[in-house]
Amino acid sequence: MSTAATHDAHHEEHAKGLLRWVFTTNHKDIGTLYLVFALTMFFVGGAMAMVIRAELFQPGLQFVDPQFFNSMTTMHALIMVFGAVMPAFVGLANWLIPMMIGAPDMALPRMNNWSFWILPFAALMLVGTLFMDGGAPAGGWTMYPPLVLQTGDAFPFLIFSVHLLGISSIMGAINIIVTIMNMRAPGMTMMKMPLFVWTWLITAYLLIAVMPVFAGAVTMLLTDRFFDTSFFNAAGGGDPVMFQHIFWFFGHPEVYIMILPAFGVISAIIPTFARKRLFGYSSMVYATASIAFLSFIVWAHHMFTVGLPLTGELFFMYATMLIAVPTGVKVFNWVSTMWKGSMTFETPMLFAIGFVMLFTIGGFSGLMMSITPIDFQYHDTYFIVAHFHYVLVSGSVFSIFAAVYYWLPKWTGNMYDEKLGKLHFWLSAIFVNVLFFPQHFLGLAGMPRRIPDYSTQFAGFNEISSLGGFAFGLTQLLFVYIVIKTVRGGSKATDQVWEGADGLEWTLPSPPPYHSFTTAPEVK
Amino acid sequence: MSDTNGSYYVPHGSGWPIIGSIGLFTMMQGFANFLNGSGIGSTVMLVGFAILLFMVFGWFRTVINESETGTYNRQVDKSFRWGMGWFIFSEVMFFAAFFGALWYTRVLVMPWLGGGDPGTHELLYPNWEASWPTNGPGDVGGAFTLLDPWKIPALNTLLLLSSGVTITFAHWALKKGNRGSLIMWMIATVVLGATFLGFQAYEYGQAYSEHHNLTLGSGIYGSTFFMLTGFHGLHVTLGTIMLIVITLRCAKGHFTADRHFGFEAVAWYWHFVDVVWLGLFIFVYLL
Repeated sequence: MSTAATHDAHHEEHAKGLLRWVFTTNHKDIGTLYLVFALTMFFVGGAMAMVIRAELFQPGLQFVDPQFFNSMTTMHALIMVFGAVMPAFVGLANWLIPMMIGAPDMALPRMNNWSFWILPFAALMLVGTLFMDGGAPAGGWTMYPPLVLQTGDAFPFLIFSVHLLGISSIMGAINIIVTIMNMRAPGMTMMKMPLFVWTWLITAYLLIAVMPVFAGAVTMLLTDRFFDTSFFNAAGGGDPVMFQHIFWFFGHPEVYIMILPAFGVISAIIPTFARKRLFGYSSMVYATASIAFLSFIVWAHHMFTVGLPLTGELFFMYATMLIAVPTGVKVFNWVSTMWKGSMTFETPMLFAIGFVMLFTIGGFSGLMMSITPIDFQYHDTYFIVAHFHYVLVSGSVFSIFAAVYYWLPKWTGNMYDEKLGKLHFWLSAIFVNVLFFPQHFLGLAGMPRRIPDYSTQFAGFNEISSLGGFAFGLTQLLFVYIVIKTVRGGSKATDQVWEGADGLEWTLPSPPPYHSFTTAPEVK
Repeated sequence: MSDTNGSYYVPHGSGWPIIGSIGLFTMMQGFANFLNGSGIGSTVMLVGFAILLFMVFGWFRTVINESETGTYNRQVDKSFRWGMGWFIFSEVMFFAAFFGALWYTRVLVMPWLGGGDPGTHELLYPNWEASWPTNGPGDVGGAFTLLDPWKIPALNTLLLLSSGVTITFAHWALKKGNRGSLIMWMIATVVLGATFLGFQAYEYGQAYSEHHNLTLGSGIYGSTFFMLTGFHGLHVTLGTIMLIVITLRCAKGHFTADRHFGFEAVAWYWHFVDVVWLGLFIFVYLL
């Protein structure tokens, strides 16, 4: 590690070249690593989605054999969830939380480095399964036994990559909690924290509570396969359905782990461009906490058709419907913030408004599925696929785009190209609907998910969906171009960047110094 | 290379995390290959484990040196406390998955398999009557008999509970600045922990003997019994190693009456394995 003097040696001392990124303990460096990693995996997972859409462009088997198709759906999901969306939000947390609460860095910087540097190895282990005997895992990302136990050589690698991802997430979450609880500037009380900090605090608690449960579940799979245990084997007194319960006890909070930070991003952006304070700040905090609490008692709505007792079906149906209340509070507050605001529509705002509208569509289809007897019709159809892609792509991913456009000028000191940004938004917003909206109709008509072939009556909508998919995929290359262009240059951004922006991060220069706040600011 | 910003210690650059990642990756690659029947797997696994151990030694040495040279202020100390607390909570949730599996099978699966409401047993196992403990309708792993909870397990409960008391005496001694008494109580705690492990190993030997024939493969009872007690045993092993390290540090003169986070972290961890054991004793052995 070099101590070479720069113009400001005290604050900028770090190793040069590639090693800087390997050894770094700086929250901005690590945030950048997370974001670059997430973007890379977004394209790896995206390429797999393209394979899926190409195969489904027409009925019949065209390009890939069914086993490989199933590998693609499985790997696409695992990579997008654990490789793209979660790391992207952790990257945003790393960059923003210390700046937002007035801290010099994250509380546990070395552990921060480790949280990131486990990820590439986990990804390598997961993607490596594509080249193994028996192919990559093809039993679905939910890894239900007994099907997943039939995976070939890839099986233990799948399990261990999940363990690694879990270790990384838990350490990242602990770091975020400790930073928020212990590193706030004087006067930054809990109820003065920006909502992005709040939503991440609650997300971090969800992560710590459920990632270990997930690790336990996959460990039981491993011992069932290799060490003669009978957790999921009825002959030995176990139960395959038990895996689904344990998995979804993790899995449902997991989907909120992927959306709560998005709520925080949107709650930062809308007030800026509406030039009004966020409507109902404290109700936003309580709504986030309520959603987090409810996420622990709704898991079996993923399993309505598995044969639950009637009381179970009823409990999980009503509990699930309850989530619409705090979520509705949030959407109401965002809309109320915009009400009578003096709005402008720069790219982050466009993505934020796109988020509010399209996420709400996903929320409504979720509400439809919460009704048990109706879910019997939708279960494992393309309606489900449409639902969770609305909340994950036009929800989480849109919010990540919004965040990048919003804070990139702060991070780099350069403004992005507004014209290209808007083009990126409009192409994304149009094609994401072309891609996923027809899938609602396909699902309602009965097209099952995770099958490479389909009845000819589904041909038309699948063709439209695939065309939308290819166009949406191509559009994202534009995003990469815009980001690279901004990092390399562009018109200089002011410290404030946005006229209506409010918060500690905007009081720092653009780009901010290597250590965000060397002396803690006073918050009044 | 460090930089105390304001007063908070921000370390500059560290090679330990990447070594840890390489160690973990190598170990897991080796283990996976071993499970797939590859001859070289176990060797690779051991190499990975060695790298991981090297990382643990190195990382902790760095942190202990920093601590002893007074690098950490109160705020850093607080970060460590929060971090350790939530780490233990994540461990609690890991055990919760296995306790959950135990309760789910006992409360729900047993009546269903044995002729309860859904009636699936009619098709699969019409003549099987559910009772706990069981290795299931398929008699997986063959007949087995239980271990008497009022022999070794009860003794082990007593040992662990006593060790919770002795470590508290050690803590009091540390706070009063009584080094000799501190080290004595720490040694007592280590001995109690090690004795627990010895008895546990002996009990496993008994379980696997022909007389009991209780193994990991003995259906759902064997699965939950050995996975719960096994993971607990691993944690006690880790805890005992931590206690030994802390005892050595006490002997070297580390820690002061009002600054001793390392000691407290290990004490918290030890109480955690203690509480998990109580859960095990009640739900695995007694009920």
